[in-house]
Amino acid sequence: MATLDNDYLKYPERSYGMDHDRYEWKMLQDRKAVQWPNGKKIALWVNVGLQFFPLNQKGIPFKVPGGMTKPYPDLRHYSLRDYGNRVGIYRFFKAFDRFGIAPTFAMNTRLAERLPYLVGTLKERGNEIICHGYDMDSLHYGGQDMKEEEALIARALDGLRSLTAQDIKGWISPAKNESANTPDILASNGISYFCDWANDEMPYDFSTKNGTLVAMPLPTELDDYFIINNNLHAAEDWADQVTDAFEFLLEESSIGGGRVLGLNIHPWVLGQPHRIQYLERVLEKLSSHPAVWSTSGGEIATTWKNQQ
Amino acid sequence: MKEDPGYYEYWPYENRPKISWPNGAKVAFWVAPNIEFYELNPPNNPFRKPWPQPSPALPGYTSRDWGNRVGHARQMQLLDKYGIRGSISLSTALCDHHPEIIELCKERNWEFFSHGIYNTRYTYGMTEAQEREMIKDSIETIYKHTGQKCAGYLAPALSHSDHTLDLFAEVGTELFGEAAGFYSCDLFHDDQPTPINLRQGKRFVSIPYSLEMNDTIAYLVQKITPRRYGKELKDNFDRLYAEGAESGTIMCIPTHNYQVSNAHRIKAYEEALEYITGHSDVWVTTGKEIAQFFLDNYYDAALDDIKNKKQQYGNFG
Repeated sequence: MATLDNDYLKYPERSYGMDHDRYEWKMLQDRKAVQWPNGKKIALWVNVGLQFFPLNQKGIPFKVPGGMTKPYPDLRHYSLRDYGNRVGIYRFFKAFDRFGIAPTFAMNTRLAERLPYLVGTLKERGNEIICHGYDMDSLHYGGQDMKEEEALIARALDGLRSLTAQDIKGWISPAKNESANTPDILASNGISYFCDWANDEMPYDFSTKNGTLVAMPLPTELDDYFIINNNLHAAEDWADQVTDAFEFLLEESSIGGGRVLGLNIHPWVLGQPHRIQYLERVLEKLSSHPAVWSTSGGEIATTWKNQQ
Repeated sequence: MKEDPGYYEYWPYENRPKISWPNGAKVAFWVAPNIEFYELNPPNNPFRKPWPQPSPALPGYTSRDWGNRVGHARQMQLLDKYGIRGSISLSTALCDHHPEIIELCKERNWEFFSHGIYNTRYTYGMTEAQEREMIKDSIETIYKHTGQKCAGYLAPALSHSDHTLDLFAEVGTELFGEAAGFYSCDLFHDDQPTPINLRQGKRFVSIPYSLEMNDTIAYLVQKITPRRYGKELKDNFDRLYAEGAESGTIMCIPTHNYQVSNAHRIKAYEEALEYITGHSDVWVTTGKEIAQFFLDNYYDAALDDIKNKKQQYGNFG
């Protein structure tokens, strides 16, 4: 067996706090309690991924979860993802409107370029749109050339701002993956909050070379793709898990202050005919509860920031 | 490389000397929260990649960090509620990074045992001297920050060498004599404590630390639902409780704050804890207390029984 250099037993970052300087180490229970408007306890953030998975996926430096897995042309995965943008999303719209939900749409810019009809619908609805990167195969990753990443982010944001006529303030990287520079580049491109760091239950301040971002809690663990496609649970199990999470957070809010319930969902997953009823079940329960404030990611970030 | 690690003899789960836990308990029940630190930029190890993506590998790193920022306090509150002292499998660098967590555990008289320095530094490829140094560092760090003489070991990220258990026992003796380095959580071959053969012959036991009940195995490998996990915990307990009437058994729930404390999972975990601790004949204890009790009361009888059976039936390997 090859042996390791003695440097393997050296720990240059072994000291108080994190092993990087992006944010302060502080346990949630030691932070100031947040009050949501009108005495609400749970800010419900329904975040809808509107994604474009290219058929000619390059997979650099890895195949994006949810992307193509078969040899080209992987029609099964391409077209099933496309189903969400053609069919599933219209089921989502109906459900949101029926239960008075204020969703946030996290859109790949390439999808906005390809589907002017859908962009028109979103503009008419007026819900917040955030940028989900250029497309699902345009990953941000450690070792990526910085100039290349700067151009990628500028292209994604400029394109989405122009197509949607919204001043895009929020960001989610494809696969929630980043390079060491991503937060710095986002901050210099007019982004004020991002959702890649799933390390908290509440927003917190994240330092960059170009100012502070708000890191927003959008748990991967409750994501419909993660639960249904990765863990292989039924949609009904997804609904049970969301319900259990809601009830726990509500209880915790009585001592810890306002909490965020972030639901990251995808029309190609929950928008299927056999699954949509479980999304509706969850939305019905949450929207009828007096402690719930259904709002956008940007509104939660701003409300939190104003109380710091 | 060996065909068999050689740590223990074949010892069938019938007709063993009867174990009676304190106060006639049928099951010794312990909860082992892993309190870990994973690095954002760990060094390469040629035998195991720390993260699937190039650093910064956010999906894995942020999930573990969530456990320390949010999850720890939630699990601690539950263990307080059901009168359980955690036996912590500790990435000992966490004493430096997050001393607040260590203080909370100290206040509750929880047990600290070694789980290496970081969970992103593997034993694979270490020389014996390097592994000894890493283990020594971890035991000394626990002593410095908590005053406890580390009794148990779970190798970091379950990465082992052929000498891991020997080295842990020897370093324990070197630092604190018989008071440290006397049990291991690295072996999954039994539901009762078993004597372990070490090269220096130290009195040393394996304490069942269930891989099957481990929340990370349940959620990341088996990918079961939270409610199913809660049911499996109860089923596991029911059988061990019933068998414990014949001879005492051990149930361990190894947890990770980044898994079991998630808002959608903690209720199922609580229901299991409430169920288990609601039974009368349960010894709610720690890994170290079980190991010490077995060494003091049953270790010699176990050795004799194993030796007699080996003479009677031959060497099983």
